[in-house]
Amino acid sequence: MQRGLDRPGESHVLEAYEAAGGYRAIRKALGMSPEAIIEEVKKSGLRGRGGAGFPTGTKWSFIPRDSDKPRYLLCNSDESEPGTFKDRWLLENDPHLVLEGMMVAAVAIGSHLMFNYFRGEFTYPLARWRAAVEEAYRKGYLGKGIFGSDYDLELVTHYGAGAYIAGEETGMLESLEGKKAFPRNKPPFPAVEGLFRSPTLINNTETLATVPWIVENGADSYVQYGTEKSRGTKLWSCSGPIGRPGVYELEMGYDLMEFLEGDLGGMMEGVELKGIIPGGSSVPVLTPEECRGAKLDYEGLRERGSLVGSGGFIVIGDNMSAVDCLLNLAHFYAHESCGQCTPCREGCGWIEQLVQKILDGRGTQADLETILRVSDLMAGKTICALADAMAWPAVAFIKKYPQEFAALCAEPVDMNELTAAVGRHDHILPRAS
Amino acid sequence: MAAFTMPDEAVRWIEATIARYPDRQAAMLPVLWAVQREKGWISPDAMVWVGDRLGCSASAVQAVVRFYTMFDEAPVGRWKLQVCRTLSCELMGARAIVDRIREQLGIEPGETTPDGEFTLQEVECLASCGTAPMLQCNFKFYENLTPERIDALLEELRARTPDPDDVEPVIYERPDAEAYHAMFPRAIEPAAGAREGEVA
Ligand SMILES: Cc1cc2nc3c(=O)[nH]c(=O)nc-3n(C[C@H](O)[C@H](O)[C@H](O)COP(=O)(O)O)c2cc1C
Ligand code: SF4
Ligand code: FES
Repeated sequence: MQRGLDRPGESHVLEAYEAAGGYRAIRKALGMSPEAIIEEVKKSGLRGRGGAGFPTGTKWSFIPRDSDKPRYLLCNSDESEPGTFKDRWLLENDPHLVLEGMMVAAVAIGSHLMFNYFRGEFTYPLARWRAAVEEAYRKGYLGKGIFGSDYDLELVTHYGAGAYIAGEETGMLESLEGKKAFPRNKPPFPAVEGLFRSPTLINNTETLATVPWIVENGADSYVQYGTEKSRGTKLWSCSGPIGRPGVYELEMGYDLMEFLEGDLGGMMEGVELKGIIPGGSSVPVLTPEECRGAKLDYEGLRERGSLVGSGGFIVIGDNMSAVDCLLNLAHFYAHESCGQCTPCREGCGWIEQLVQKILDGRGTQADLETILRVSDLMAGKTICALADAMAWPAVAFIKKYPQEFAALCAEPVDMNELTAAVGRHDHILPRAS
Repeated sequence: MAAFTMPDEAVRWIEATIARYPDRQAAMLPVLWAVQREKGWISPDAMVWVGDRLGCSASAVQAVVRFYTMFDEAPVGRWKLQVCRTLSCELMGARAIVDRIREQLGIEPGETTPDGEFTLQEVECLASCGTAPMLQCNFKFYENLTPERIDALLEELRARTPDPDDVEPVIYERPDAEAYHAMFPRAIEPAAGAREGEVA
């Protein structure tokens, strides 16, 4: 789906983008009815790449057309899910592709003002983006009557200041309104009441970057890629002690181990595979046994008890204990919880403290069971999904590496009882539907 | 309040920015950034000034400043070193990076050197996980770090003047397996023992 990549070092420049066929999709879209654009995206089967995987065309169709309020398009370039760096890659190397995707989405929902929200640390992607936007304004691709049509389209580039929770869509709305990024209760959904109480379409950077290809080549071409239920391709951000980390575009349904051992160059010398978190730090970890035969797509990962999420593919080696991994993540979520909901605010901090206690060699079986119980009390019971994003790794790490936790406890752990406790709480983990 | 002023050029930029939004308060984050860029941090006087510009109270501004981790309510060092501590970076040796900076500068995370040169902080994932470990120094990323590269970087920074427009990341060559393992001396016995089933 990327363009201009055969001109390394220049792919971010408008000329290179157009030479590679860029800005054809928006020209085509301007000649289509909004309904036809939305229908095409629906037919493509594209699902949101920001984490939740919601069908993109369906989301677009939720934007009311009869409202007299302005409609806004908001691109989520906050990319803060640990292990994820594909949006940064897109914004640095292919900003015009993201911009074109935003234009098509804006036209489809009848928006004349769009926003791109960058995380505050993205100074370099922001510089590349600003240059691209300037080129587009100069060419008449943004502003009054874009591409010679009678469609006016303005763009505001916004940037945050360090808050994971601003990446959650309603937290982002609050943040963009100049407030603390406290997620909102839903409903009302942003599509109906979003930015400044107006209908707002929020999509992830990668989702929008996928749209031009679909509109230009047609949904029928897009569905040739991927599987029956997971269409097309997806970007995977790969990190950890592996041979060749980086961003990879894979057809949905790609074999996980083939990917690891082939494209990624396997494990770094002297490190054995302990597990893989396939979709960003919020999704459950997979053991090497679970990785074998797993397919990288929505159903494939769900069948193994994990999720595609944001596609942050974190490979864990045997030189770090599962307890350390969970402590690292618990610290993250405890730090990033916005504190509005009691189960999340208290739960994340509590889990962090208990894991630290275990790591210090003072933990007990009761502490492990408390972590499981607290996780159960968090998942699905809060305003946003950050609480689930803590609960899933907590239960998954204990469930899959119980020996590592037990070995650090101050007293012997009854493994049968621990397994039974896991069994009482692992219903919160994703599973095949 | 009268004490706080911003240069005319910055004020013009701020007013033009506010005008791009459907609502004045929406320009909160860019305006705070403009202040921090100009002054280095955001003082109580600055919050009053920003509140006046945006049509909201100074306490509303303060709440925002406190919520977002990148805003500083007190002066920081000339160079702000923010080392990513999140999972992918820890897996690649982030602790060795923090340790080397602590040793070299004699400060703990959250502290500033007495000469005001460096502030050290541990921060969360900066979307450079594939080129971990990494740090952000003012507005610039340094990726694929090793302790040796930290030594050289600190030396280089002492001799340089911060430039907010210098944002292009420095991505070093990826450490090879040997350099990687050197950063990872931590014991893993409990885990190894556990795998052999040595627990009750
Ligand atoms: C705690 C939390 C953090 C999130 N962070 C991001 C993020 O950094 N970027 C992103 O695109 N979506 C993020 N999301 C998902 C958004 O809420 C939203 O689902 C997404 O932007 C919608 O776009 P999509 O349908 O194109 O995926 C986050 C969600 C949660 C619960
Ligand atoms: S679940 Fe956590 S992060 Fe989300 S709104 Fe509640 S307290 Fe905030
Ligand atoms: S974990 Fe450090 S940059 Fe992502």
